[in-house]
Amino acid sequence: MKLARELMFPVAAVLCAFLLGGLVVLLIGDNPIDMYVLLIGTAFSWPDGIGYTLFYATPLIFTGLAVAVALRCGLLNIGAEGQLYIASFAAAWIGIEAAGLPAVVLLPLCAGAAILGGALWGAIPGVLKARFGSHEVINTIMLNFVAVALVSYFTQYHYKVPGDPIMQTAAIGESAHLARLGAIVPGLPERIPLNLSFILAIVACVLVYVFLWKTTWGYELRATGQNPSAAEYAGISVRKQIILAMALSGGLAGMVGINEVLGYRYRYYDGFSDNFGFTGIAVALLGRNHPFGVLLAALLFAVLQRGGIQVDAFTQHVSKDIVQILQGLVILFVAAEAMFRFRPVARRA
Amino acid sequence: MGEVFSLALLFSTIRLATPLVWAALGGLYSERAGVINVALEGLMLAGAFTAAAVTFYAGSSVIGILAAMGAGALVALVLAVVCIRYKANEVVAGTAINILFLGLPAVLSGALFLSSGSTPQVPQENLIPAVGDVSMLSVLALGVVFVTGYVLYRTPFGLRLRAVGENPEAADAAGIRVERIRYAAVIISGILAGVGGAYLSIGQSSLFTRNMTAGRGFIALAALIFGKWRPVPTMLACLLFGFADALTIQMQGVAKLPSGEDVPVQFIQMIPYVVTIVVLAGFIGHSRAPGALGVPYTKER
Repeated sequence: MKLARELMFPVAAVLCAFLLGGLVVLLIGDNPIDMYVLLIGTAFSWPDGIGYTLFYATPLIFTGLAVAVALRCGLLNIGAEGQLYIASFAAAWIGIEAAGLPAVVLLPLCAGAAILGGALWGAIPGVLKARFGSHEVINTIMLNFVAVALVSYFTQYHYKVPGDPIMQTAAIGESAHLARLGAIVPGLPERIPLNLSFILAIVACVLVYVFLWKTTWGYELRATGQNPSAAEYAGISVRKQIILAMALSGGLAGMVGINEVLGYRYRYYDGFSDNFGFTGIAVALLGRNHPFGVLLAALLFAVLQRGGIQVDAFTQHVSKDIVQILQGLVILFVAAEAMFRFRPVARRA
Repeated sequence: MGEVFSLALLFSTIRLATPLVWAALGGLYSERAGVINVALEGLMLAGAFTAAAVTFYAGSSVIGILAAMGAGALVALVLAVVCIRYKANEVVAGTAINILFLGLPAVLSGALFLSSGSTPQVPQENLIPAVGDVSMLSVLALGVVFVTGYVLYRTPFGLRLRAVGENPEAADAAGIRVERIRYAAVIISGILAGVGGAYLSIGQSSLFTRNMTAGRGFIALAALIFGKWRPVPTMLACLLFGFADALTIQMQGVAKLPSGEDVPVQFIQMIPYVVTIVVLAGFIGHSRAPGALGVPYTKER
């Protein structure tokens, strides 16, 4: 019963968003049903549909978890985008500088660099809030721009192969490559970039769940989010929780770098993120800030993203940008959850 | 360095600051009434697309700007309903609008003009006219800054708006309709941000391109905070950010470090954001937000 209630609002929000999105498609002269069949159907073919969908879901699981953990502490982390850029660059940086090391050392080192880089970048707005009381939303937005400029500088001036017209770093050492699932799963070709980070993402979901609900730290973090004054009164240091939650959130966002650099491109590619950080907000909200909800929401968004490519190719008027419209509408409806309560809100108070 | 600081730089600063001023003033109305507006980016995109599309068909930039104002108002109304009526988290709702308007103009231009992402070129004579080197909208923006100052501090509406943003309970007790004022404020915010968008597509440029705001809505938000939510300081902050932008463009390959190397543009690009963070932390005077910013108001019964 509780589960049904938890699922009701997200499902209603998705349905409303699809309905409205369908209306847009109808208005511009395509058949919404055909479009949805393309949009959702293509994700389930084997091996390309499923392989790519899970690959697209991987960064969204990480950023969704990142936003969810921060929200559980009452903080809105709009900075996952910047955190994942710093993290990805950090992973590539270690992967280039320490390229000679054996895989058992280099891989954990690179992954650690990604997590640490994200965590440090995430901790900055945490410290700023804890120490100066400045709002994390504005600071994370600002830090996104700073991060993008910073990694672009290092890429352009220090780590680009001279003469390369593309804004990307040199390749990382081969021992830093993370195995593609195609090497393990029979029938899945290795050209599909789905890699071990997807397994890592699922492990991260479980770990976040255990952390939040089975440990004292997680309890303190959630208590801070529920009621900071009560938490403070109960002896929890709210300032410490804010910094911890933001660092943890940044670290999770940073894991996108493991997928991107160690599992996919094997180098840092400037501006690679397809709004992963912002979509993470939608994923977290749709998943009701629960790790398993995040997993489901990330899969849904990945399905849309995969289908968007087909929509681009096979419909007359609709372009793959319909996916962003649907995502925006989903967040809007999730945010306006009160719309789905049948009594008007104002009268409830 | 001599040739960097010139009249051209001044005009470039004004050109680049203009859309920021419009959007930041929009944000000012909404935020002084207590509604966070992270949707400035999306509102500007809505305005930019509408202005370009309507001007292309109607052949008049005035109609284009009016349409952009209408589009901004309409989108802002959606934001207002979601935030005020349904008490959604304002930052989240704003983010939703931003993502929505990354996609919607692209889909619409794909359907209307069969080119995904951009509108056709508007002929030169139909663009927003300029006085010398300065666009009409830049001149108007200056006027709107002072009008906003007047409205905010010298009219009953402005007093109510500020009261609603600082202490809605007290305002309500004094007989002010909190929700109505907030709706008005958010819609004004959409209208002004829409004009800022129109400036981008049919003033500075001659067509709409995908995501052409490129973060200007967020910079406007930063300028608003830097300007401590007051009209004239906010405009000055916009000019500062515009100047940083203009400098970035001009200094490319011109300015040299003592070692003889170029100054990396990335560091100049960072300046507005770092300054905002520093200001927010209270290092350069404290910037205090309106008291009830981001808090939905539920009327007691």
